[in-house]
Amino acid sequence: MPISETVDLSRLQFAVTALYHFLFVPLTLGLSWLLVIMESVYVMTGKTIYKDMTQFWGKLFAINFVMGVTTGLTMEFQFGTNWSYYSHYVGDIFGVPLAVEGLAAFFLESTFVGLFFFGWNRMSKGGHLLTTFFVALGSNLSALWILVANGWMQNPVGAEFNYETMRMELSSLFQVIFNPVAQVKFVHTVSAGYVTASMFVLGISSWYLLRRRDVDFALRSFAIAAGFGLASTLCVIVLGDESGYRTGEVQQVKLAAIEAEWDTAPAPAPFTLFGIPNQKEERTDYAIQIPYLMGIIATRSIDEPVIGLKDLMGRAEVRIQNGMLAYAALQKLKEGNADNATRDVFEAHKGDLGYGLLVKQFAPNVVDASPAQIKAAAKHSIPPVAPVFWSFRVMVGLGMLFLLTFVLAFWFCAQRSLLQDNRRWFLRWAVWAIPLPWLAAEFGWIVAELGRQPWTIAEVLPTHLSASSLAPGDVWLSLAGFVVFYTALFIIEITLMFKYARLGPSSLQTGRYFHEQGAAAVASGNRVA
Amino acid sequence: MDYATLKVIWWVLIGVLLIGFSLTDGFDMGAAVLLPFIGKTDAERRVVINTVGATWEGNQVWLITAGGAMFAAWPLVYAASFSGFYFAMLLVLFALFFRPVGFDYRGKRDNPKWRGAWDWALFIGGFVPALVFGVAFGNLLQGVPFQYDTDLRVTYYGSFWALLNPFALICGLVSLTMLSAHGAAFVKLKSDGVVAQRASKALRLMAGLAVVLFVVAGGLVATLIGGYAITNAAPYDAVANPLLKSVEPGAGLWIANYVTYPWMAAAPIVGILGGVIAFVLAGSRLEKTAFIGTSLLIVGVILTAGFSMFPFIMPSSLDPRSSLTVWDATSSKMTLEIMLVAVIIFLPIVLAYTTWAYRIMRGKVTVDALDDKRNTMY
Repeated sequence: MPISETVDLSRLQFAVTALYHFLFVPLTLGLSWLLVIMESVYVMTGKTIYKDMTQFWGKLFAINFVMGVTTGLTMEFQFGTNWSYYSHYVGDIFGVPLAVEGLAAFFLESTFVGLFFFGWNRMSKGGHLLTTFFVALGSNLSALWILVANGWMQNPVGAEFNYETMRMELSSLFQVIFNPVAQVKFVHTVSAGYVTASMFVLGISSWYLLRRRDVDFALRSFAIAAGFGLASTLCVIVLGDESGYRTGEVQQVKLAAIEAEWDTAPAPAPFTLFGIPNQKEERTDYAIQIPYLMGIIATRSIDEPVIGLKDLMGRAEVRIQNGMLAYAALQKLKEGNADNATRDVFEAHKGDLGYGLLVKQFAPNVVDASPAQIKAAAKHSIPPVAPVFWSFRVMVGLGMLFLLTFVLAFWFCAQRSLLQDNRRWFLRWAVWAIPLPWLAAEFGWIVAELGRQPWTIAEVLPTHLSASSLAPGDVWLSLAGFVVFYTALFIIEITLMFKYARLGPSSLQTGRYFHEQGAAAVASGNRVA
Repeated sequence: MDYATLKVIWWVLIGVLLIGFSLTDGFDMGAAVLLPFIGKTDAERRVVINTVGATWEGNQVWLITAGGAMFAAWPLVYAASFSGFYFAMLLVLFALFFRPVGFDYRGKRDNPKWRGAWDWALFIGGFVPALVFGVAFGNLLQGVPFQYDTDLRVTYYGSFWALLNPFALICGLVSLTMLSAHGAAFVKLKSDGVVAQRASKALRLMAGLAVVLFVVAGGLVATLIGGYAITNAAPYDAVANPLLKSVEPGAGLWIANYVTYPWMAAAPIVGILGGVIAFVLAGSRLEKTAFIGTSLLIVGVILTAGFSMFPFIMPSSLDPRSSLTVWDATSSKMTLEIMLVAVIIFLPIVLAYTTWAYRIMRGKVTVDALDDKRNTMY
């Protein structure tokens, strides 16, 4: 068993590197489609301004994209470096979507991203548009395969434990790919990326509009972002709801933690709007509840209960006891002196083996765990409630705010009222709102992944067994390296992003934009659309 | 298809991915290593960078796919090597960080100090991985101190510094010089003028060194570095559990395969021949042939390492029984089958559009071309 400090540090390192990677992924996912839209308009209308838009937003896309690639490398290395037992235990299943991601998605995205930047004068208009489309398709397919892998961690279907190899092995690829959790998560996550990119384009365009520069360019960008953003926000919210429903079906513990529901409430359960989860006392203080709402969201019925955490811990206790039987039988099977009775015991309880492993942290031999240790393990079978509860609320609150923002943006755009003085507040708000989708995405990650604790693979492999057998000092050193390196890269990235966002389309050096023109030319160039 | 055959096919396929990586991203790394030396002015350095600029990103995916495929097909190797070579892996990772940002950010500001700093960052991004991959192979050939317990949890007992032993460093230099030669051959192919002339010189030097070092390393393998052999094998189609066999180290075992299968000697011969071709043609106008030479050098060297060790992938010096081989480090039969189908479907598609991308970007990069295409080049 790895040292617990190593496990904690490895978790911290994974969280830091994953959250950091996810600063760049959403923008890539969404901006690539915005580029496709802009370039499609260019190809259809032949208006140069849409080519300029594709190239300028493409420049910002590049600054972000390379950071996504850089930090994505870490993710692929890290399962092996820091989570080697995890890699051994589930590589047979988990490795498949990762490998296919490289083969079927990342190759596509990376090959065509080079042509996107370098191929402008080397291909026909249609050929280049197709290139841009492949970049968007590749990056989104990439997300699909990664979320198939992640979905399997949340809901490990289509796999079985093999005691001869001491690992989980694939039994149905179909189930892994069409895992309902993975499919819903994919659409929810990519739509969140579309929202991020729309807000990015909307905010920066608003900044130009506030300064009345490159107005034509900014208005057209704004309009595309507003439309795409509105559709995407609706998508995120609807699919977030679907995600809640799926969570209710297969991840009852996560759902109960999100809602800080300690006791099973009579159906339909109330929704706790606010409150302070108190893990020690197993209750939520100062709860403000809306009757019926959660039951309806989570079960889509009015008569199915949502199981509370205390009952779930009670169930975990039973499964732990079964898991201990499976573990004991496994020890005999490994020694090779198993009779049919042992085999039967193992087959009967192997679904609970993961729960047996959960005790290891409290009783290393598992089989001799005392009732108190079993109880401790059962209490440990739920995630830290407060951060999951709060992260969820921040995410959903921000989602509602995005909806409002894009509805207004769309409305003002349709009204053609953006340049009126009484809209300046909105343009200012749009600038300040740029970072918010990232915040929502990061909190969403915390809900999904912290809500999965104490497991790396839900109900199969506990986190404390998954880490590599490294010395804590090794992980301290690498963690420090990541923090220093990533901070430096982030500062550089942000500086460049600001520089080019401020320069605007003038950075294309076409001679058609703000910084390249004299004051008079600017005044006459500012046709109000 | 039976499990044993699938296991061998996956040894071949991982080899194909590693060779694919070395042949494509190899010249990106090589070009980055040579960047500060064959480009003196900013314009010359931009020429070097732009020879690989449009295509390096796709090339890097060979590494990512090889990593993913190793995770899926050889999960035990992925787990043991990445955690065992912890700091070496992180060193490679941190060095690789410099490339995506280096290529894109370098040209985003006009400041010479900024650009100079990124030039050296790109150098590190090429130099460190090229060296460390060779060092890793050097350590695999010697055996690595790791052990499995009965839960098949792997623990590594060596230190980072022990990886940097003299033999492993020679292997690292083989890798570094070979990929530098490949980079030089590519830059020469894709540029003209003074950059191409300097690339010729670099090609001659690096190809020559690579051949000499390869022969030295081969001599050491035949004499000082013994090797390992399976003494009590589990059936080839047995479940993937390394603890079912026994293994003994011994002298001359890494050359045993060449005695049993003399055709395997083609690998080192092709490698040396390729290096000699590149060396001889370095100054000539036969740029493509020279590039084929460095490609053969790479293929030959990697195959030599693979053939020498087969069926071993990662022998354990500490507990030879824990050694990972083609027969016991793989994933399940079903996963190997599914991954094989995935490769059969997607690899030809990848090769097709990669070829198309190179065709679109064909032609030499010149200093003149850089100036009127500021927006579409690095």
